[in-house]
Amino acid sequence: MIWAAIVVAGVGCYLLKLAGLSVPARLLERPIIERSADLLPVALLAALIAVQVFARGTAVVIDARLLGLVAAVVALALRAPFIVVVLVAAATAAVARLV
Amino acid sequence: MAGGSRQIVRDGILVGVATGAYGVSFGAIAVAAGLKVAQACALSLLVFTGASQFALVGVVGAGGSALAGAATALLLGSRNALYGLRLAPLLGWHGWRRLPAAHLVIDESTAMSMTRDNRSDARAGFISTGISVFLLWNLATLVGSLAGEALGDPRAYGLDAAVGGAFLALLWPRLRDPRNRVVAVLGAAVALGTVPLAPAGFPVLAAAVVALVAGAVSRRDDPTELPERGDPSGGGAS
Repeated sequence: MIWAAIVVAGVGCYLLKLAGLSVPARLLERPIIERSADLLPVALLAALIAVQVFARGTAVVIDARLLGLVAAVVALALRAPFIVVVLVAAATAAVARLV
Repeated sequence: MAGGSRQIVRDGILVGVATGAYGVSFGAIAVAAGLKVAQACALSLLVFTGASQFALVGVVGAGGSALAGAATALLLGSRNALYGLRLAPLLGWHGWRRLPAAHLVIDESTAMSMTRDNRSDARAGFISTGISVFLLWNLATLVGSLAGEALGDPRAYGLDAAVGGAFLALLWPRLRDPRNRVVAVLGAAVALGTVPLAPAGFPVLAAAVVALVAGAVSRRDDPTELPERGDPSGGGAS
């Protein structure tokens, strides 16, 4: 099933890119479509963060992952690069689980 | 090659190296979420758009269905269609040349070619960035997934928390815009509210409704829609 998802996402994401390069601009260049497409990544990424940090199965829980997220916020506020933010989040949660 | 083009190509390769560094974390996180090394590498080769790949892995890793993972990846990938719209007149490729070029339409190649004022510079930025990101992103995915596999239990290293950190780093530049902050908070709230009610994967899709509604009711254009680093103005008219 994961392979099916990979193929569907791969073909679909390619066709989306190709559509942008190929279709006449007036078909997609409408204010509502543009704004929604610009806002989609924001809503989806925020939802992914929430689920990734607070969900365990169908329960909402608070655990070491939240400390990892707080550490990531601090790293981002200090303008750390992507890889550092990821490592800081992981290390903070790992250390929190040890103590 | 003119001096200006050489500088553009050099910048493109630098962006490729920087992006490759986070391909390592993608590979490690994908394996931590339960994917095989070959599946992580196939995602980077075929999907080749970072946020969609992270999303698919995040949804599947949380126990969501493969279908929900693919749907989330496609929704996130829809912004590449808008990038393509803006790039098409700038790059001016027709016929078969669009087929390979389309695969390289991502955040980084768009940002590195949108700002050029002539076609040859735009093409130089697009090709150098697109190809170097593609090569290094795929190489880094292989390295990261092999390393992740060698580590063992991902939770002991906090790799489950690393995913949240990765998503936050992707979202962060857009949070300068107040409207985006409202959409982000609402999206997170809708997703968490849906967690107890629906199988994994669907809470994230439910949050997409927030973006569609906000897109329909708000009027202003988003000033942070393109990932341009070092732009201090955030919301000003430019």
